[in-house]
Amino acid sequence: MATEKARTQTIGAVRRSFAPWTDPAATPLIRFDNVVKRFGEFTAVDHVSIDIYEREFFALLGPSGCGKTTLMRMLAGFEEPTEGRVLLAGQDLAGVPPYRRPVNMMFQSYALFPHMSVAENIAFGPKQLGMPKGEIAGRVAEMLKLVKLEKFAQRKPHQLSGGQRQRVALARSLATRPKVLLLDEPLGALDKKLREETQFELMDLQMDLGMTFLIVTHDQEEAMTVADRIAVMNNGVLVQVAPPSTIYEAPATRYVADFIGDVNMLECKVESCANGDVHLASSVTPAPIEIAQSVEANPGDTAWLAIRPEKMRISLDAPADMTRNCFTGEIWDIGYLGDLSIYHVELPCGTPISRAWWSGRFPGKTRFSSPSRRAPAWS
Amino acid sequence: MPMAGEKGSGRLIVIAIPYLWLLALFLVPFLIVVKISVSQDILASPPYTPLLDLSQGWAGLKDYVSQLSFDNYFYVLSFDNEFIGAYGSSLVIASISTVLLLLVGYPIAYAMARAPRSIQPTLLMLVILPFWTSFLIRVYAWIGILSQEGLLNQALLALGVIDTPLEILNTDLAVYIGIVYSYLPFMVLPLYSALEKLDPTLLEAAEDLGCPSARAFWLITFPLSLPGVAAGALLCFIPAVGEFVIPDLLGGSDTMMIGKSLWTEFTVNRSWTSSSAVAVLLLLLLVVPIVIYQNIQARQLEAGK
Ligand SMILES: Nc1ncnc2c1ncn2[C@@H]1O[C@H](COP(=O)(O)OP(=O)(O)O)[C@@H](O)[C@H]1O
Ligand SMILES: [Mg+2]
Repeated sequence: MATEKARTQTIGAVRRSFAPWTDPAATPLIRFDNVVKRFGEFTAVDHVSIDIYEREFFALLGPSGCGKTTLMRMLAGFEEPTEGRVLLAGQDLAGVPPYRRPVNMMFQSYALFPHMSVAENIAFGPKQLGMPKGEIAGRVAEMLKLVKLEKFAQRKPHQLSGGQRQRVALARSLATRPKVLLLDEPLGALDKKLREETQFELMDLQMDLGMTFLIVTHDQEEAMTVADRIAVMNNGVLVQVAPPSTIYEAPATRYVADFIGDVNMLECKVESCANGDVHLASSVTPAPIEIAQSVEANPGDTAWLAIRPEKMRISLDAPADMTRNCFTGEIWDIGYLGDLSIYHVELPCGTPISRAWWSGRFPGKTRFSSPSRRAPAWS
Repeated sequence: MPMAGEKGSGRLIVIAIPYLWLLALFLVPFLIVVKISVSQDILASPPYTPLLDLSQGWAGLKDYVSQLSFDNYFYVLSFDNEFIGAYGSSLVIASISTVLLLLVGYPIAYAMARAPRSIQPTLLMLVILPFWTSFLIRVYAWIGILSQEGLLNQALLALGVIDTPLEILNTDLAVYIGIVYSYLPFMVLPLYSALEKLDPTLLEAAEDLGCPSARAFWLITFPLSLPGVAAGALLCFIPAVGEFVIPDLLGGSDTMMIGKSLWTEFTVNRSWTSSSAVAVLLLLLLVVPIVIYQNIQARQLEAGK
């Protein structure tokens, strides 16, 4: 466990310094240029433009049916865009068949060839590219080692567990050393523990191979864990593209805030807005709300305030400074999760249910009888 | 536990029904045929001997067994007679027909499996539709098409493709046409069921890994459809070997097939005993492919689990 953590931290350190998207001189490896995809009347992908850079681990995140797979399939070559262009290393991919694109896909269903052994599945790609026989054997052995399946080379896919099949699919798609690896919900069929382990393995792998990974997922935790940047999609439209921390701390829209992590939404009126200092008033709190965030707003506008549960503090006694950023409420329910507890707090006016996390002990008391009065506050 | 007992007997009945059916309608008649094949012809009713006379007790049974002989088998397997040739020619005709059926049936099944889901039931219906008219009538219809003054010759003459009518009827070619036409559904249906199960993302995966779609057909689609190919081939080959109606109606006098020989032996030569021997030998000949077919079926059931 300790070594795993250390390794993840080093990766994190490398990652922090990796941000080609901030460099205006950098040229993207993959460019979706105003891409539209329609199926009949239905628009699955709606004017999406994304730049993805070499060695980036990029995640497409969004609810099921929002067009993530369709976008990815246009890069792999299984769908042609209705409008717009898809470019790889500056080259327009229009009309290039899938078998000529240096892009491999790991399918959601794995799509392993059932009549071939694990080794034959992995050798399939190199064989198609006309690699010499001796080299293929070496490549297969290398891939089997990479995914720790050396002992299973002669098994057929139906003799493997779900996790092993997932590894074979990964090895098969990596065997030709593609420029870009596309992963369509690669961990969807795995149980939670295996999924989390595999996420870290994927990150290691991507770092070691120095490849560009584009992952599709509807699991926001997965996207946050693995990706350098996340593109949040909704109904075929791109909502925000940013690194995980930006997506979490400064969501561009209400939709993103709601989709990523737990959040409390409060409707507010903008009182004043100057040099990144916003004053808000809400019917749910008597005290004014002051936040430091650079948003463009005019006094009188309606605004949505999103507060992350872990940024709130709950106390039994009123805090010393009651003049701003606090409100009282009644604790309705407490969910004990071990490492933290989730409090459902009902605010006095109306019925907005608020949530706060608390990881630690209340001074003096460990349990409350609910409902009881409490004063959540956040800073 | 009385429940278990009831459940057990209920299950026994369910399993017993098909076995009783096979016993009464297949095994017993077959044993009778085997018995006749080791008897001798006489002019009587029934036209063979010996008959088991149980009233004479043990001695009767002994007498009965001593009169059985394999003479009919020697007769059938003798090179002086036409049967060996007929067996051989039946196997050849059935094999060639099966290959032709595969060549015709595979593209049809492939196109059906690739057609939009919504029209696949209709296509299936169309494949099965010929069964709604009598098999005999459909074979007779081919006489009308293939004969000297038949529809085909008239059409070709009218189009100026040929000057003299083609001689198709009463040749082996007509037999092949008849077999391919009649057995096509038996080839198409198992092929379709194998191809329809094929996951199209496998082909996408192959293409993604650098394999053009024509090659992907031979590397992925065809190997995965082999159980269907085998099932279809055996389903056509086995009955085609014993086919009687088609060579009789469409074939020439020199078209040799064992079904036809059997019919002649039974109706013209009026030999129950040697025609029974022909039938038993035919069955032995077909046991090999039938066992192969059973094996494939069993393996598919296993894989489906
Ligand atoms: N070949 C197709 N024909 C018609 N509609 C399609 C096709 N492929 C995808 N769609 C539709 O496009 C939408 C987006 O699909 P998809 O990209 O698979 O979503 P996601 O991967 O985000 O779950 C869905 O509503 C789906 O029904
Ligand atoms: Mg999808």
